[in-house]
Amino acid sequence: MYDAGKILAGLVIFLLLVTTPVWWSFAMGAEVRAPKLVLPEGRRACVLPTGEMKATHMELLNRWRDLAVRHGDRVMTTWDGRKVRRSLTQSCLGCHTDKDKFCDRCHDYVAVTPYCWDCHVAPRGGAS
Amino acid sequence: MRAFQALVIVAVLSGAATLAAGVTAMRPVLGIVLPYLALAVFLAGMVARVVWWARSPVPFKITTVCGQQRSLPFLRRQPLESPFTGWQVVGRMALEILLFRSLFRNTRTELTPRKNLAYQPDKLLWAGALAFHWSFLVIILRHLRLFLEPVPRMVGILESVDGFFQLAVPTFLLTDAVIVAALLYLLARRLFNARVRYVSLAADYLALFLLLGIAGTGIAMRYFWKVDLVSVKELALGLVTLRPVLPEGVGAIFFVHLFLVSVLFAYFPFSKLVHMGGVFLSPTRNMANDNRARRHVNPWNHPVPVHTYEEWEEEFHDKLVACGLPLDKE
Amino acid sequence: MKKTPQELLQIEYRPPRREWMDPHVDFEARRGTWSYPAAPKNLEYLGLPNPREWSPTDEDWKLPDDWKEIVHKGFLDLLDRFRSLKVFMDCCVRCGACSDKCHFFIGSGDPKNMPVLRAELLRSVYRKDFTTAGKILGSVAGGRELTLEVIKEWYYYFYQCTECRRCSVFCPYGIDTAEITMMARELLNLLGVNINWVVEPVANCHRTGNHLGIQPHTFKDNIEFLCEELEDVTGIHIEPPINKKGAEILFIVPSADYFADPGIYTFMGYLLLFEHLGLDYTLSAYASEGGNFGLFLSHDTIKRLNYKMYAEAKRLGVKWILGGECGHMWRVVHQYMDTLNGPAGFLEVPRSPITGTVFDNAASTKMVHICEFTADLIHHGKLKLDPSRNDGWKVTFHDSCNPARGMGLLEEPRYILRHVLNELYEMPENTIREQTFCCGGGAGLGNDENMEMRMRGGLPRANAVRHVHEKHGVNILSCICAIDRAVLPTLMEYWVPEVRVAGVHEMVGNALVMEGEKERTTNLRGEPLPGKEA
Repeated sequence: MYDAGKILAGLVIFLLLVTTPVWWSFAMGAEVRAPKLVLPEGRRACVLPTGEMKATHMELLNRWRDLAVRHGDRVMTTWDGRKVRRSLTQSCLGCHTDKDKFCDRCHDYVAVTPYCWDCHVAPRGGAS
Repeated sequence: MRAFQALVIVAVLSGAATLAAGVTAMRPVLGIVLPYLALAVFLAGMVARVVWWARSPVPFKITTVCGQQRSLPFLRRQPLESPFTGWQVVGRMALEILLFRSLFRNTRTELTPRKNLAYQPDKLLWAGALAFHWSFLVIILRHLRLFLEPVPRMVGILESVDGFFQLAVPTFLLTDAVIVAALLYLLARRLFNARVRYVSLAADYLALFLLLGIAGTGIAMRYFWKVDLVSVKELALGLVTLRPVLPEGVGAIFFVHLFLVSVLFAYFPFSKLVHMGGVFLSPTRNMANDNRARRHVNPWNHPVPVHTYEEWEEEFHDKLVACGLPLDKE
Repeated sequence: MKKTPQELLQIEYRPPRREWMDPHVDFEARRGTWSYPAAPKNLEYLGLPNPREWSPTDEDWKLPDDWKEIVHKGFLDLLDRFRSLKVFMDCCVRCGACSDKCHFFIGSGDPKNMPVLRAELLRSVYRKDFTTAGKILGSVAGGRELTLEVIKEWYYYFYQCTECRRCSVFCPYGIDTAEITMMARELLNLLGVNINWVVEPVANCHRTGNHLGIQPHTFKDNIEFLCEELEDVTGIHIEPPINKKGAEILFIVPSADYFADPGIYTFMGYLLLFEHLGLDYTLSAYASEGGNFGLFLSHDTIKRLNYKMYAEAKRLGVKWILGGECGHMWRVVHQYMDTLNGPAGFLEVPRSPITGTVFDNAASTKMVHICEFTADLIHHGKLKLDPSRNDGWKVTFHDSCNPARGMGLLEEPRYILRHVLNELYEMPENTIREQTFCCGGGAGLGNDENMEMRMRGGLPRANAVRHVHEKHGVNILSCICAIDRAVLPTLMEYWVPEVRVAGVHEMVGNALVMEGEKERTTNLRGEPLPGKEA
């Protein structure tokens, strides 16, 4: 007794499961390219170099919260010597005015749901 | 010694990947060529292995029965330990595959100082194995957020459940801790349980070290040496849409992680890890205990020399006559 | 047995320093733990390969010149025919769950009696010869060269497995060492490396119809003698039909039941039961063996011996077959017979002529276990029983490996025992039912030269018996297996001398109140009943 039918069905299911990302992408017509962000006009740099911001902004924000809220230490000196207030709503959102077109695009792309907006009020576009 | 062999292999692999990740020309190899190759080997290898198994028949229904058979209606049956119908087999298999039913039975045998044999329940191996496999599965499913676009809601929900404690930033994920703990337990068991150490092969340690390497680099990337996730997703999506790209600025550690995953995939079909498929095909578990009710056909059931009644009667003719037993031929 | 129980109990469970991959068995030093090789006349009679005089203690085992090629080809052939072998060779992860589940390991501490290592003895050669990783990486991937020493080790350890399948219950992939042992024995068989205690019964059975080589006239004599004994005890005269054409039921028992103490008392129990019912049945002098030592040699010999059951049922024109108390017999009947020698279209679906119960669980094979048959009778109130006649016995029930793990016959014998006697005590739960321990003498290992290993292998069973003996005063071990009845008395004598051994139907026979019987003063063994002592 071979049970060829059942084994074949099992193999097909196995292949379909493992290749889910492939057929899903084709079915959904996924964009490979990273989302385009709307950057603030007329500003050259953020508080850290772009590469570092991309990888570690969540840690920076977390640190800001601790320093500002718990220790009252509210001023940061950036890598290019500017003084910036440690504040999500004032400093960050001061430049990046549109959460939808900046924060959310990447967060949605990699399915991250930061809990910033559990407390902070999102400007325009509403909470995500 | 065997553990050391395996450790050296994984260390050399990781080291080589680290060095290669520093060389720009090697990045397409680590990021694109090897992952494709590994996936191809994995899929083709697993299919080939299963097909090779399937090409041999199951000549006999050799169910290992672990409970009361279905016989008389007034005796209580145990359909999940002694399945009689196809659906009961499905139930038994589901318990085996999803909950490791057989490992749950595990006992530890001891000869007491008074020379009595005692059998203590021993669920630690069951718990460790279950913890490892389930957290591994959850981690793989979580990774779908890097391979699917748009990301299905389920993946997000899974991650938020996994990050239930909302500790640290980025959110600490339970499965990260569980998989490492479980792997370390399984490794410690191999190293310190004398009997298990005695039977362990280098290959057994190799799988554990590889998985530890993968989990370790993954966790390091999430919590310590951050990489730009958006670029990682670009690379991942490029691979699965068959339009590979190699974004700038992905840290070396990511390539080590990816390389170890590729090694695991490519190694999979040639190792004991094929138990992933084999568990479905185990003839002592995946058949009903209905042997006497439904005939099982053996395709190679060849004729054998037998001693027929006629030959027997002829051989013992005189004795049969003497003791008065009836004869077919007078 | 030269060694005392105290000496035998000095068991070292810590593995030795020596790596297992290095094959070495000192047969001279290990006398008492292996079985003698098959006599050439038996191999010749069966037409099996390489009959010759040899001894495991010899340096030269007189193998065929191309033995390596024979094993290699034989292995390929088995892989081709048995998916079980392929899957079991590939899937073991060496988790060690099985490592302390084997009675031979528990009793000896020999690491190669851990089921995982027993399988690795074969698996290491499989890796080296048939897998990519093993071919390239050799011993790093767990591969091992097939040498003469490996063959010797196979002989030692695959004839040190009783195919009881306890390990298979605990394995997460259901890897069944019995299956692996059967494959290894098939390979050894190709080289003429097998044991006489298996091959001689097979040769006997093939020729005379039963393992013991009892010829038809002696078969009849034995049964008549037992009937006389039975008449002494009960005053009832029984003449069981033999080779009777047109009977409704063909009844087949293991040959030890009409040959040796204490099986003969079980046989008397069967006869009383059938007389009580007025059953239309017949015994057969041709199919005079329920057991099948072919199971311990090769799949072909299973079929050769088993052939007689259906052939005889057809010749006699019976409606269905009833089988006696025997362990490995029921593994063959339940899991192999219909596949190998069926379909049995010439028989009818078994139906109890007394209760009308249709045994649809045996609808295809058409063979019913006597315990199923009797439990059904008791349930329908068809038996007149006096359990107090068994009051001298404090009973525990030993699940025989094959009826337990091969068919799930767990409740039927217990149901019967609860109705025919008053004191039944269970052994600890990890030693009964699907987790039951072997008697130590199954699969052809119940011979005298293997006595030390039998006592070691039987230790877990004996230890559990001692537990209920000390706790409840149990004085008899009840079982449904002829090999049990042959080897357990020796085992009990060694470990728990106060406990004796009996079949379930011996207890039934004691309790049955027969029409026209004289007042019983003794049990079937001729020993005074409680309160009837002279």
